[in-house]
Amino acid sequence: MANIEKNIIDGLTDLRDWVDDRFPLTKNWNEHLAKYYAPKNFNIWYYFGAFAILVFAIQILTGIWLTMNYKPSAADAFASVEYIMRDVSWGWLIRYMHSTGASAFFIVIYLHMFRALLYGSYKKPRELLWLTGMGLYLVLMGEAFFGYLLPWGQMSYWGAQVIISLFGALPIIGDELSLWIRGDFVVSDVTLNRFFSLHVIAFPLLIFALIGAHILALHEVGSNNPDGIDIKKNKNSEGIPVDGIPFHPYYTVKDIFGATVFLFFFFGVVFFMPEMNGYFLEHANFIPADPLKTPEHIAPVWYFTPFYAILRAVPDQLGGVIAMGLATNIFLLLPWLDRSPVRSTRYRGWNFRCALTLFIISFLVLGWLGMQPVTPLFTWMARFFSLVYFAFFLLMPFYTAIDNDKSVPDRVRN
Amino acid sequence: MPKNRLLYKLMFICLIVLSVNASAASGAKLMHMEVDLSNQESLQRGARTFVNYCLSCHAAAYMRYNRMGKDLGISEDVLKSNFMFGTDKVGETMTIAMTNSDSLSFFGVSPPDLSVIARARGADWLYSYFKTFYVDKSRPFGVNNLTFKDVGMPHVLWELQGSQQLSLIKSDDGVNHSSTYDDLEIITPGIQSEEVYDQTIRDLVNFMVYLGEPIKLKRGKIGFWVLMYLFVFMIIAYMLKKEYWRDIH
Repeated sequence: MANIEKNIIDGLTDLRDWVDDRFPLTKNWNEHLAKYYAPKNFNIWYYFGAFAILVFAIQILTGIWLTMNYKPSAADAFASVEYIMRDVSWGWLIRYMHSTGASAFFIVIYLHMFRALLYGSYKKPRELLWLTGMGLYLVLMGEAFFGYLLPWGQMSYWGAQVIISLFGALPIIGDELSLWIRGDFVVSDVTLNRFFSLHVIAFPLLIFALIGAHILALHEVGSNNPDGIDIKKNKNSEGIPVDGIPFHPYYTVKDIFGATVFLFFFFGVVFFMPEMNGYFLEHANFIPADPLKTPEHIAPVWYFTPFYAILRAVPDQLGGVIAMGLATNIFLLLPWLDRSPVRSTRYRGWNFRCALTLFIISFLVLGWLGMQPVTPLFTWMARFFSLVYFAFFLLMPFYTAIDNDKSVPDRVRN
Repeated sequence: MPKNRLLYKLMFICLIVLSVNASAASGAKLMHMEVDLSNQESLQRGARTFVNYCLSCHAAAYMRYNRMGKDLGISEDVLKSNFMFGTDKVGETMTIAMTNSDSLSFFGVSPPDLSVIARARGADWLYSYFKTFYVDKSRPFGVNNLTFKDVGMPHVLWELQGSQQLSLIKSDDGVNHSSTYDDLEIITPGIQSEEVYDQTIRDLVNFMVYLGEPIKLKRGKIGFWVLMYLFVFMIIAYMLKKEYWRDIH
């Protein structure tokens, strides 16, 4: 027995060495997992990056199977989705996983971004990590937008119509640009076909490449942690950070547990409330797209509503489009707007803590307002909270420079 | 570990926040009915009403007869004799012979496909809709509807329910102001009493909810076992994590 075991192990070792001579297998395994030292004090906020990759995998896999039965044409799209829901074996599960996955992706990404704000993960030397992450977020918004047209329901259709027409507000090139995006004078079969192409090929490839860049950037500079302390400053004689632990097996085994908790809630939604009361699957989207009938109340899916509220808060249409564009892109400037020498909120002064709290409140209120019909009161509320939203960024150089930050300890707390 | 408990709490809060009702309906408060998909007899009765009264102008083109038979416990023979009136085969979907151009000239609007109408409108809306037809001489078919104003559809179930009248309260300017569900009363009784008609409508709406999503009958049961599996795996994964992390803490 022992002999056979030894032979197998020897054989595998030989195989590994054979590969290592030709491909950096062990090198990469060590660099990114077994000898990638992550701070030992990660808390729950550090699960969401792994969750994002998990959701991405779910979206890709379910997407492949959906594509096998979905028909990207105005005449067949709606019916093919119902065909998947009824006639394709387990099609309903694949479709609900994909639709729930879309919302889950944004929940996870928003919490992941909030973590970065909380612990200053965007600050030097992680600027490029932050920029690739923001790139991912913006591409994800495009991916979700293209995907939402595909079921070809009323909300798919009119949501796309509204968003594309926003480009028409741009001076000079506006009309030509929106025509170029649609490929037609209204959203039509042509638009559906190109959105399908972008949704299943172009944008997933972009996301895949950006995730690669994001992880490479992370592993180059090393992970931040809830204390915002640079663990590389404190190394032992072997050059290993004293407060670091190998990502594998410690964080792989921890993320397996986290992923199970995540999947528990994820499948709770998939099996018991896939529509999430109209938040994940809007009721009006069960009516086939009708270019002649505008729904009385067009609301984007929940993850776009904060920006939709900002758009509607500005009286001028072009101004609104610019404000919405700024609101989504202004995160890119964070590493340079923040003047505080301290990363983590744990050691920051009250200026930043209050500003962050107000920002989160305004983001949530704007998200709620973006789902409501327009009333004068709501419009004024949206204006007020849009100002708070932008003030968080634009005043940041001032309130972080004069903040009463605390001194940061040398070692991480447990 | 308090950190992990926090994660549960956080995700739970997310669920709660998101499940507060998103559907801002168009003002009027609808009548409410409890949908009960576990009541197979109710679903069968609803299916009868559906094929008898709806499925000649409306199609349900995404639903197959034999799927319905299998899900609702109706044998193929009974399906053929009691639920199918055309030349369709049991494996076909519930399509109709009326063309769109015909129905357009009959009703001024093509009757929508009803496969997923319950998911678009909701059970309460359908329940209210079927109960709030009233006599209105100004309309082409002599009836109007309180839930769906100036609807193009005639009151197909009038022989069951009878005719309802909306008591009008005319103000000084001669405009009608009263239009709540309470102001409806039966003036000519139908074959069914009010209670029986109410049950007919509940059965019909029950069936239409099933029709909107046939897998709804089963997905909760499957989901229960999926969550059980994940729960057990979660405990094992947690113990594994704890074992590994012993040398860190």
